[in-house]
Amino acid sequence: MATPSAVTSSAARPSRPVPTRRTTELVLVLAAVLTAVFGYVEVGVDLDGTVPPDAAEYGAALGVLALAAHAVVRWRARYADPLPLPIAVLLNGIGLVVIYRLDRASPGPGAASTQLLWSALGVALFIAVVLLVRDHRRLRRYAHTGALLALVLLVLPIFFPPVYGSRIWIVVGPLSFQPGEFAKILLAVFFAAYLAVHRDALALTGRRVWRWQLPRGRVLGPVLLIWAAFVGVLVLETDLGTSLLFFGLFVVMLYVATARTGWIAIGLGLAAVGAVTVGWLSPHVHSRVADWLDPLGSIAAGRGANQIAQSLFAFAWGGELGTGLGNGHSVLIGFAAKSDFILATIGEELGLTGLIAVFLLYAVLVSRGFRTGIALRDPFGRLLAIGLASIVGLQVFVVAGGVLALIPLTGMTMPFIALGGSSVVTNWIIVALLVRMSDIARRPAPGPGPVSASGEGEG
Amino acid sequence: MARIRPRGNGPQGLPGISVTGRRAGTFCLLLVAALCVQATRVQVFQADDLDHNSANQRLTVERYARPRGDILVGSERITGSEPTGGRYAYKRTYTDGPTYAAVTGFASQAYGNSQLEGTEDDLLTGTDGRLAGWALWDAVARRQSPGGDVYTTLDRAAQEAAVRGLGGQQGAVAAIEPATGRILALASTPSYDPGGFAGHAAADQEAWNRLQADTDQPMLNRALRQTYPPGSTFKVVTAAAALANGVVTDPDAPTGAPYPYVLPGTTTPLVNDTPACDRPGLSLSAAMTASCNSVLGYLGVRTGLDRMVAMAEGFGFNDPKLDVPVRAARSNIDTAMDGSQLALSSIGQFDTAATPLVMAMVAAGVANDGTVMRPQLVDKLTKSDGTAVRLMKPAAYRRAMSPEVAARVRKLMTDVVENGTGGNARIDGAVVGGKTGTAQHGVDNAGTPYAWFISWAGPAGSDAVPPVAVAVVVADSDATDVTGGALAAPIARSVMRAVLRR
Repeated sequence: MATPSAVTSSAARPSRPVPTRRTTELVLVLAAVLTAVFGYVEVGVDLDGTVPPDAAEYGAALGVLALAAHAVVRWRARYADPLPLPIAVLLNGIGLVVIYRLDRASPGPGAASTQLLWSALGVALFIAVVLLVRDHRRLRRYAHTGALLALVLLVLPIFFPPVYGSRIWIVVGPLSFQPGEFAKILLAVFFAAYLAVHRDALALTGRRVWRWQLPRGRVLGPVLLIWAAFVGVLVLETDLGTSLLFFGLFVVMLYVATARTGWIAIGLGLAAVGAVTVGWLSPHVHSRVADWLDPLGSIAAGRGANQIAQSLFAFAWGGELGTGLGNGHSVLIGFAAKSDFILATIGEELGLTGLIAVFLLYAVLVSRGFRTGIALRDPFGRLLAIGLASIVGLQVFVVAGGVLALIPLTGMTMPFIALGGSSVVTNWIIVALLVRMSDIARRPAPGPGPVSASGEGEG
Repeated sequence: MARIRPRGNGPQGLPGISVTGRRAGTFCLLLVAALCVQATRVQVFQADDLDHNSANQRLTVERYARPRGDILVGSERITGSEPTGGRYAYKRTYTDGPTYAAVTGFASQAYGNSQLEGTEDDLLTGTDGRLAGWALWDAVARRQSPGGDVYTTLDRAAQEAAVRGLGGQQGAVAAIEPATGRILALASTPSYDPGGFAGHAAADQEAWNRLQADTDQPMLNRALRQTYPPGSTFKVVTAAAALANGVVTDPDAPTGAPYPYVLPGTTTPLVNDTPACDRPGLSLSAAMTASCNSVLGYLGVRTGLDRMVAMAEGFGFNDPKLDVPVRAARSNIDTAMDGSQLALSSIGQFDTAATPLVMAMVAAGVANDGTVMRPQLVDKLTKSDGTAVRLMKPAAYRRAMSPEVAARVRKLMTDVVENGTGGNARIDGAVVGGKTGTAQHGVDNAGTPYAWFISWAGPAGSDAVPPVAVAVVVADSDATDVTGGALAAPIARSVMRAVLRR
């Protein structure tokens, strides 16, 4: 975008009203709902030859949720970025379609209706956040309490039985959720608050080692401690994906706050040490690294195809255009096909075209988050928006990279798409915060005055 | 933003969050770009390898997702498909598996495909491009045509006669319609039931392992894929070569063959099986009727290596790609031999070895006035609705000899049946020409000899090309008197009768 000319023109006509873009959002939201309904119908037509009888109900449910969220944004966040909500609706809709499709191919009770309930809860929380968090700066007050709560949430699952080798679940009767998902947001808030206050100290003090300015222990200590506690807990729970995500978030936010490349060096060094240690100590992690290095190795060894190989088979079978929804065989992946490996079904049935389209949706969502962060004026808000956007970006990379054998597999869920209540709910809260902050970033300053750089926030 | 603000609004002139945020954002977008690159690698560049990986079940799932097309004899289906309710939705069935196994082969979910089930797999599965109405649109829409049907050239009665005749013996039968090359019967015993391992369950695995371990090799297609020394049946080729090249001009005149005939360059005489042959100067006719090794060995050497090889190749020897469309094993006659080796080769010994199919082509070529037709097993291929996508067209394989020479060889062969070793093949009301063979093999000829018979037959008094030519080999009989005339000729006779009765 032509930043200088935009600034010049708005400077020339300072009274020009900032467009709200709410109608753009409405049109995109409706298009997203229709796309999801179309996918739902396609599954029915391909599997049964008829339009599924509940297609209208499904479309109505998704439509009501999406329109409710839109109405609240229109009412309470008029100037919000028009893209995050439609993207969230579309991704959530695609996820529901693919889960419904996998339900049809696997025995046992369906998961799609449960996922729809969780999505409804997610939208409810979205609405609550937009309504209640009128100014994101108020979140700073709860930063330390939040960090403590996050730690408690992360420790809790240790007292519950492991599921598929990882102790990351809290199971209460029929309900189960992953507290690590909620902890992501709390941790991002804490980092943003802490770094907003201490960024100068972190950036300026310390000693210089060769070309890198290293921070002083006194300033760095608390952050490092918190972070180590998180990662320690996660390693104990053998949830590699979430620890990788927290670690990445920490490094990115530290760099954005301080502009010290030294952080990246330290970060990479710590990551290397951590990865080697964990890979050495944990057979669970060790086997995942081995599977990543040679995904087809287990076939040559006569043990049949492992999950990564099955995942690659699914992607390959889709080719450029995919088999069409309902025509693939991604059930061959076995367990976790609806959650960690859901992307393989998208790759197989929607092809490379559909897969890249999904990646681009995430890319737009992430870049809008960063844009909001850059447009905001308060350091806390800027860091929080960037942190939340990074969470989505890093998580997409860690999950998709894992199932595509680009990096070792670390069980995590694809934001919005994968089966998992905690994940869907958490991501709706992230989008709510981004919508909330983008509204503040783009809202015209009260009364006459210089148009802030938020002008560039408009597309 | 960097332009309108002095660079480094962060602490101590370091870049501010606007700059570092952009960099971090670019980093996140690069991660997504890396994902797109990796997805393209997997889904486009590695896709073919992954699709065909042995552990990838998708090709098999697709193959059995719909009922498979059928293989037919006449208008009767000899295969079927039954729903399984499992991951592979349908399973192949065979109405009379062992009788037709040498033709159909098998289509197994666990062990792949063979014979016609293999060569015509695309059509039977439905992926053959000829089945699609609108190929491009179907490719875009990923519409799969239902499997097409394969109509064979087999004659049900001839095939059943062949299988019944072979019974419990190891052996094979190949029968051809000389004028067209249509394969009328193709049998190999002991046979197997391809339906026994069509699925992928434990019972299928057990049946497969049992067949693989069987020392009688029931899954070996002896009619197409196994060569045997043809023994005296090869004398038809030698006689044809001698007549075609002027070495013999009158089959009833003395040939000048000495007795005893000492193999050139050695002191070993070529011995005969009957004292009727043990005199010099026999005619070709007398030598064929009594199957005299010495005369035909002598004539083969007189004809010469190149001409002998050329005649044999006219019937399909030394052709490594004889596809019917199932590929037959290469029948062999050496192209570099000394005189003694050529003499032995001329009576179907030494390194000479032939499939029953090629020996049937020898009889068929003689019957069809010297023109050998390309043997074909598929009459037509149709879509599931019966529309033909390909019809068989008879095609000449090679012209082995002139019609005049062929007429003379036919006379020699009828003499064998009427007056000589092939008496067991006589059919009332029909003209039958044949040649017996009893081929020694094994170290010091210790193995049970292979009993051969090749023949053709037509209605008496007809000038038309005889409707059937057949080759029979019985490889491992427990009979005490192993000769082609005793063991193989009756089987050939019942196959020929089955065709003549049509």
